[in-house]
Amino acid sequence: MTVGELSKKCGFVTVCMPEPDREVSGCYIGDLLSWVMGRAQSGNAWITIMSNVNIAAVASLTDVAVIILAEGVILDESVVAVASQKGINIVSSDVPAFETAMKLGGCV
Amino acid sequence: MSECLKFHFDVDGENFVSAGQASVQVKKNLRQLGLPPEIIRQLSIAMYEGEINMVIHAGGGEADVTVYEDRIEIVLTDHGPGIADISLAMQEGYSTATESVRALGFGAGMGLPNMKRYTDEMAIDSVVGKGTVITMCVYLNKQ
Repeated sequence: MTVGELSKKCGFVTVCMPEPDREVSGCYIGDLLSWVMGRAQSGNAWITIMSNVNIAAVASLTDVAVIILAEGVILDESVVAVASQKGINIVSSDVPAFETAMKLGGCV
Repeated sequence: MSECLKFHFDVDGENFVSAGQASVQVKKNLRQLGLPPEIIRQLSIAMYEGEINMVIHAGGGEADVTVYEDRIEIVLTDHGPGIADISLAMQEGYSTATESVRALGFGAGMGLPNMKRYTDEMAIDSVVGKGTVITMCVYLNKQ
């Protein structure tokens, strides 16, 4: 399933989506960036509540397909600009990480 | 092909926002060379961890990436406080990072272990009070 399709099906809000046709497979949940870099796989959906600009670099380097911000976390506009420029897809979910992951069940 | 490609980066010690620029640039450069995506992913993560370490602990430093025919070598050089106990620093979960650094999502004690995890060879040469040189190597033709 693509990021665009997944976001629509799960009712996530698009923060920025420069690459909606990117395929998603699997999911990783975590806020400690080195854990994410050590464990997340290329193409994963990454669920986090971390909102500083470093999430854009981590998403780019780990090659995850999309960042899903749980708990309705809001990003600073400067972070959104960096993410868009790096080609990072970001969507927002208004429920906690567990419920967000439950929505992904069967999709990725 | 006996010539090799070299990239040099200065890592700004004050800036968490720009941290990662060198790694992202290396990722782009390696992509243009047509290297396998998983090797690029692992190498750029290892380099990012090194960059972040230099920002957190050493007030910045330098990163040199050399692309050889059979391998890629990354050398990270800083003039920070050095690492007193390298085996302790290599343990997953051990960190001397401050609370403010942890609040940014770093300082989980996974940086050096990730660098080792994602490279084929890693050597740490550190002198307390003088600085640290970390050399990492990834081979391109792994069987």
